[in-house]
Amino acid sequence: MINIQGLNKHYNKNHVLKDINLNISDPGIYAILGPNGSGKTTLLKSIIGLVIPEKGDIRVNGINVQDTPLYRNEISYLPQVARFPDNLRVVEVIKLIKDIRNQEADEFQLIDLFGLEAEMKKKLGNLSGGTRQKVNMLLGFLFDTPVIILDEPTNSLDPVSLTKFKKMIFEKKQQGKIIIYTTHIMSFVEEFSDKIFLLLDGRIIFTGDLQGILKETLESSLENAIVHLVDRNGNDKIY
Amino acid sequence: MIKFIKYSFFNLIRSYWTIIYFVFFLIISSTILYFSADLTKSIVSMMNIVTVLIPLVAIIFGAIFYYNSREFTELLLAQPIKRSSLLIGQYTGLSLSLSLSFVAGVSIPFLTQGILASDHLIDFLLILMAGVCLSFSMSAIAFAIALKHEDRIRGFSIALFIWFFLAILYDGLLLILLILFKDYPTDYLAITVTILNPVDLSRVMIMLGLDISALMGQTSAVFLKFFGTLKGISISFISLLCWILIPALLIVKIARKKDF
Repeated sequence: MINIQGLNKHYNKNHVLKDINLNISDPGIYAILGPNGSGKTTLLKSIIGLVIPEKGDIRVNGINVQDTPLYRNEISYLPQVARFPDNLRVVEVIKLIKDIRNQEADEFQLIDLFGLEAEMKKKLGNLSGGTRQKVNMLLGFLFDTPVIILDEPTNSLDPVSLTKFKKMIFEKKQQGKIIIYTTHIMSFVEEFSDKIFLLLDGRIIFTGDLQGILKETLESSLENAIVHLVDRNGNDKIY
Repeated sequence: MIKFIKYSFFNLIRSYWTIIYFVFFLIISSTILYFSADLTKSIVSMMNIVTVLIPLVAIIFGAIFYYNSREFTELLLAQPIKRSSLLIGQYTGLSLSLSLSFVAGVSIPFLTQGILASDHLIDFLLILMAGVCLSFSMSAIAFAIALKHEDRIRGFSIALFIWFFLAILYDGLLLILLILFKDYPTDYLAITVTILNPVDLSRVMIMLGLDISALMGQTSAVFLKFFGTLKGISISFISLLCWILIPALLIVKIARKKDF
């Protein structure tokens, strides 16, 4: 489904992604982990087509992502930062996204799930950061797509919404979706990940499942295992 | 693209600043009309406001709008749409809302003064046309600058410098140029240099309509001498359209290669 070959990207002099090769074909939950500035968001944005690669090939369902925007019909994306036009109402933004995609959407279930009924007619500029993140979440899960990409989805969510979010992730997995996400919350990864990609300084230094990373590092927790791998690869950044 | 024009337009038309912009034009036009009995004088006063203030507001609004909608733009670009449709749609929505505030704010007082029945209807329409062209042109320039420069302070500085250069500095430099080359025929030079500045072009266009161009500076006089009133206005208008089209194409070009 998603195939990346020899992906390279620079931001000015900073080499952010170095020869990334990655293949995701089976349904499941994929966690992309790494210290700040390791290239996680750039990698996700490259798949979505927001970042243009210098070298390498990214294909979704066999389509080169630089050729057409239409492959994004298969992808739902949740960006890290949720900011919307201040003077539009929640209901108007949902309508706008639905108009653009022209795909079937069941927003009522999500409005109910995140308790957004009372906020629907409010202007987005008047909402709190947490409520905006719920709207972001709603837009991210609005369409029934085979691939869901989430950039730090647990940011600013209250415990109730987080529990609901986890339930939703579980359901999406049951439905056979490919879910790719980044996070810094290791307990979330321990709970929800079939495969882990660990990025360090723009390179993938580990690919495997939770048991694999623990076995390789002989550590008892994911957090320690990651610190171990980061140290082993000669990097002293604090995770 | 229509969807993006609509969303940007409705977002901005409800904005506090768009309303202030409308009220400002309403007050300033009413005041000018109240204090000056002669419609020609009112139109000349309006011209001075339009050619300095509209570029400034359009360039600042353009940059603010792009930077403020940066994250939402990212969300929209993750949808199956072309980058050019979204960015040109956002830019058009912004320019339309600025133009509407200006046209409504200026037209209400002038209409109540009976501009429709007066001899100055054409001059008034030229003012509106110049204001709308400047709104579209300068906000396209601001949008292109903001797209190119992620750093807001840098983006704002460049945008403000461009306004200062086109609206204030340019005329002084043109004057120096004409004095330096006073021993040579400078008509073509004056025409070329004027065409290279949308602010000067709109001023020339309005003055040609007012038929006072010979009294109001060398460039307008040269335009009148070379092209006559109608041809001069048409050439100014077409050049102004180029000043919209070229920055708009620049937006598309920058967006194509940009990392969001």
